[in-house]
Amino acid sequence: MFGQFICSWLRVILSALALKRPSRQSKRVRDELRIVVVEQDHDRAIAIVDALKDASECDVLVIANADSLARQVAGFQPDIVLIDIDNPTRDMMEEMTLASGPLERPVAMFVSSEAGGLAHAAIEAGVSAYVVDGLSPTRVKSVLDTAIARFSVVRQMREELAETRRALEERKVIDRAKGMLMKAKGIDEEAAYKLLRKTAMDQGRRVADVAEALVTAAGLLG
Amino acid sequence: MKPVEISVAYMPLVDAAPLIIAQEMGFVQAEGIALNLVAAPSWSSVRDMLAFGRVDAAHLLSPVPIATAMGLGGVTTQLSAVSVLSVNGNVIGVGNTLDAKLRDTGYAFDFSDPVSASEALAAVSDGPLTFGVPFPFSLHVALLRYWAAGTALGRDGIRIRTVPPPLMASALAAGDVDAFCVGEPWGSVAVENGAGALILPGQAIWSFSPEKVMSVRTEWAETEPDLLGRLMRAVWRAGRWLANPDVRATASDLLSRKSYLDVSAELIDRALSGHLTISARGELKQVPGFLEFHASAATFPWRSQAKWIANQLFEEQGGRRLTNEEIAKVFRTDLHRHHLASIGCDLPGASAKVEGAILSPTQVASSAGTIKLHADRFFDGQIFDPETD
Repeated sequence: MFGQFICSWLRVILSALALKRPSRQSKRVRDELRIVVVEQDHDRAIAIVDALKDASECDVLVIANADSLARQVAGFQPDIVLIDIDNPTRDMMEEMTLASGPLERPVAMFVSSEAGGLAHAAIEAGVSAYVVDGLSPTRVKSVLDTAIARFSVVRQMREELAETRRALEERKVIDRAKGMLMKAKGIDEEAAYKLLRKTAMDQGRRVADVAEALVTAAGLLG
Repeated sequence: MKPVEISVAYMPLVDAAPLIIAQEMGFVQAEGIALNLVAAPSWSSVRDMLAFGRVDAAHLLSPVPIATAMGLGGVTTQLSAVSVLSVNGNVIGVGNTLDAKLRDTGYAFDFSDPVSASEALAAVSDGPLTFGVPFPFSLHVALLRYWAAGTALGRDGIRIRTVPPPLMASALAAGDVDAFCVGEPWGSVAVENGAGALILPGQAIWSFSPEKVMSVRTEWAETEPDLLGRLMRAVWRAGRWLANPDVRATASDLLSRKSYLDVSAELIDRALSGHLTISARGELKQVPGFLEFHASAATFPWRSQAKWIANQLFEEQGGRRLTNEEIAKVFRTDLHRHHLASIGCDLPGASAKVEGAILSPTQVASSAGTIKLHADRFFDGQIFDPETD
């Protein structure tokens, strides 16, 4: 019952938000897209920025700190904001998409019907997106494609790391449970492991879960 | 045979208890299903996971499916709130600066009177106060706005900013917000960490408000009626189980697990028992009905509740006005009746009521004869008639 929740924590989804520029700005000819990346991990942020810059002409601001996020975003006037969904500050970005939000400019979410295909692909890959009037769909697509690819790699790495950690943790718990059984029943290590495995099979549970239950129960009994 | 697994997204909060308990205490097993509970880092992510089909059901702030129907928040997938998961359970608190100022004025910290609380706050603030809330579409916002508008705080107005609860302490310290409205365990966590003090439970403003709902995609409800029924029955039974005070210790222990809330069982017990510590000075307040999962037809998604919320959202955010027929397609009293009638769930005879009109526990007509409804009063004594308001 424990393991199944872990992977869900690790899902990396990013939100791409494109902010509507005020009219005086949209008259200005500007080739570079202005992109904000909200990311606390320095190395990861660099990797994402590199990928974005390789793919298109853009000016990227990395915001690592959630404090005054709204002020920082407003100050940079980005066209697009990218945010890792494991980052709870995504709800602060959500607020910025509303008329009553801290930004003076309204922002729209990128799920309109004509862009439905891309939006859906983005969600499947762990991405949700917001876009504006006036920003060309092809430019948005190129940024999103790059971001999706980059974040997928990050997600995979994170999942692998978490899986390794979990396996290590489980190993430790199983070793402790084996030790307890050896001591309590005066049996050797192999017999202790067999006993754990048999119990797990009989109860239709994982060995690690049986071991954890034993260790927890032993803790309670003192 | 392997049970069918239903993925359900939730935020790790005390009011996700019916889902967690349904899974842990075997209520889903009894219905021949299993849950894959997916903890989410933000409400936007819970909503998106549901809307885009990554999960089939979700623990959601009750205004979210309504806002979605109104065209607010970007997602256009139709969502159905099939049951209310929890009633009440929010707290309003202040940061240390305001706490100190309030104490200097001799404010009683009675934790019950919204009018005097507002007067005390207005007296010590120059200009509008900024409140941190978890999400723009939330009862936190609706209750704060309704309270401020009808009391002394209305003179300067209030500002509301979204701050994820784990970051509330640092937002208070940085002066980004002065006060906050959050659900448990975050109010108790703020007190425990010395970030602030609690001044009101949300129910002091509206005494019976549907805080979280179990929501599904409307299309899923239509294509998987059998699974939906099983899920609803299991979760309803979990809520009934939670209503027994004898199980509180067990429930707190289960919820406190690392894979769920990952905070101490003692903090969780405060919300489940309504026995709150409101300040670092250790002031204790007992709040009856602080968090309801079952009593007073708590799970019933009253259309009148949805209508009140829709009106608040409209005032705050705009969007599209919903007709009563459209409201009925979001707060699904029809599905609630259909799927729960068979298991002895006592259902109210009506699907809407005049909110704010029940001033003390009252018996009303129900499927089993009569059912006792708790008071649903607004602090200012207003009543809300869904037919005319």
